[in-house]
Amino acid sequence: MAEVVFIGLSLASVLLLVALGLAITYGAMGVINMAHGEMVMLGAYTTVLTRIYLHLDILAAIPLAFIATALIGYAIERVVVRRLYGRLLDTLLATWGVAILIQQAVRLELGASFFGLHIAGLGPGLQNVAVPPELTGALTLGSVQVNAFRAFIIGVTLLLTLVTWLLMYRTSIGIQVRAIMRNPRMAAACGIDVDRVNALTFAYGSGLAGVAGVMVSGFKTVFPDMGTPMVVDAFLVVVVGGVGSLLGSVFSAGLLGQLNGVTAFLANDIIARAVVFAFVIAVIMTRPRGLFSQKAR
Amino acid sequence: MDTTTRLTTRRTALLGAAGALAAPYFFHRAARAADAIKVGVLFSQTGGLSIVEKSLNDVTLMAISEINAKGGVLGRPVQAVVEDGASDPKTFNEKASKLVIQDKVPSVFACYTSASRKAVLPVFERRQSLLLYPTYYEGFECSKNVAYTGAVPNQQLSNFIPWITKTLGKKKFFIVGSNYIYPREMAKVSKILIEKNGGQWVADEYLELGDSEWGSMVNKIKNSGADVVLSNVVGDSVVAFYREFKNQGLTQDKLPICATVTSEIEIAAMGPEYAAGSFTSFPYFMAIDTDANKAFVERYRAFVKNPKAVTHHALESSYFQVHLWAQAVAKAGEAAPLPIRNALAGQEFAAPGGMVKIEPQNLHTWLTPRIAQWQPDGQGKIIDAYQAPVMPLPYVAYGETDGAPFCTGKGLDTARLKG
Repeated sequence: MAEVVFIGLSLASVLLLVALGLAITYGAMGVINMAHGEMVMLGAYTTVLTRIYLHLDILAAIPLAFIATALIGYAIERVVVRRLYGRLLDTLLATWGVAILIQQAVRLELGASFFGLHIAGLGPGLQNVAVPPELTGALTLGSVQVNAFRAFIIGVTLLLTLVTWLLMYRTSIGIQVRAIMRNPRMAAACGIDVDRVNALTFAYGSGLAGVAGVMVSGFKTVFPDMGTPMVVDAFLVVVVGGVGSLLGSVFSAGLLGQLNGVTAFLANDIIARAVVFAFVIAVIMTRPRGLFSQKAR
Repeated sequence: MDTTTRLTTRRTALLGAAGALAAPYFFHRAARAADAIKVGVLFSQTGGLSIVEKSLNDVTLMAISEINAKGGVLGRPVQAVVEDGASDPKTFNEKASKLVIQDKVPSVFACYTSASRKAVLPVFERRQSLLLYPTYYEGFECSKNVAYTGAVPNQQLSNFIPWITKTLGKKKFFIVGSNYIYPREMAKVSKILIEKNGGQWVADEYLELGDSEWGSMVNKIKNSGADVVLSNVVGDSVVAFYREFKNQGLTQDKLPICATVTSEIEIAAMGPEYAAGSFTSFPYFMAIDTDANKAFVERYRAFVKNPKAVTHHALESSYFQVHLWAQAVAKAGEAAPLPIRNALAGQEFAAPGGMVKIEPQNLHTWLTPRIAQWQPDGQGKIIDAYQAPVMPLPYVAYGETDGAPFCTGKGLDTARLKG
């Protein structure tokens, strides 16, 4: 049974890892960011490129991926998203377009493949991410065997959640972000530079997605379409948890992860998936604002 | 979409430029270029399946260029009309219609997944055209308008299961696959063979296609008491599966994964250390140690300008089916679908993986079953191979045998199927 709980925990940590950035961009900013999965994908490709060109491993890729995807997120906010605040459906379409652009850019090797050139580490194929030997195999904790890489992911997720919580609730910029969440115009009237804070928040959310990408690259497959299914899962977590609530996202990731893990153990993975979706639908029907809703803008 | 079209146009332009350069040497033929035999080439160049299908497209063009370098067929050059299926069955159907109706090509080399084949099948049957399909698939099909050059279940399993029970000495199978028709049909054939060989299967489990969360499943495998895993897992989930397997502390020497779909592509992507010691059954491996195969790998790498490109079973079939087709056209004496099909029956070719032959009765292909064990360098080491090709039996899951094929020149014997 301990193994089942651990697997549920690990499923939850992967969900939360990917959802954390979305909890910021969707939850806090009200932008339906369909390009979130592509930020995860770019993070994973950063890992691939870091190894090929800098000969560094997956640990070194974590800060690099954060910086790279945060910068790209910042650019997306400046160019596209900032013109669309308050227009929920338009952000959905625009960021979806951005997502397709990013996918194709990776697949066509930034356009080099038109000229018959090949950039190692990009292109339509599957990429290989090497994992350091200390993170492969299983650790034995008491009587249970625990997947080392998954334990590592749980650790990183806890750390990132803690950092995000501190940023949001213990720093002055966090106060500004939360003020904007509640009421952007009032926040602006109080002297908060809404434009700047929004850009930074979006960049931070994208950076978190990039780190998630590094982590999932160690056990999933890296290819241009990898982000698409992940964004769906991330939205489930944020919607169930309640838009705008960090604690809600943590709680709902845990719930969905365990639900998935236990059902998969009792029945099978296909039924588990259906049960998770049924649960999410039930939550949306009975509590449309999610389990931990707060008054949002 | 726009970028793809442009890509195709550009490639066509390049081919044209190459033709113009060659003109002084082949002036005679260039003058008759209008007489070129057009063929359709339809694989996904975009979308998720482009990972594999791009390589099938490339090798098909390579085979066509080889045929042209030797003077074409019936003295006419072969001209490829390349279309993009975009990993979407509906697009495959539209493009196949375009190739058959508008371009009037007598044959199309197309499709990787069963979903796309099923989507284009009505086009070829209604228009009495000819499809050449290069992928290993689940069988259960008997079309008079398709030549199948990949393996069917009996060519991957009828050697594999007895080998696992006898040589490996493993009797308790955990069958795992992606949740769609191919793995389910493969599981059906496997169960018949497992029981026939004195083994038993302890579970038959599936994960959604493209899902890569293997935590629960691998834990289940670990606690199932099975001593061998038979994997029909497909696509990018393969990578996550082998990684999770190792990371939960399972080892290939105690609980080997015996796979029917894991090829050189997935091994390279997961990192060979995860697969080392596991087994795959395919008629072709890149590691086949013959001069013909080594030369083939070299030519392919030069053609795609990638010194690390890998070859695999569907890719080899994509290559030799073009040559089989060219021989059939030469024999038929005309480039029309039905004469080509009739001439294809019984056609033989020395492929990179050995002799292949189109079975006249069901238009499937005689292939040589092989089993390889994956090595730490990412290549398969062939540890068991049949001496000669075996007959393709697309209905083996329903009791078809060598002596009594269900699918013959007259069509499918449905009475036998029910019995």
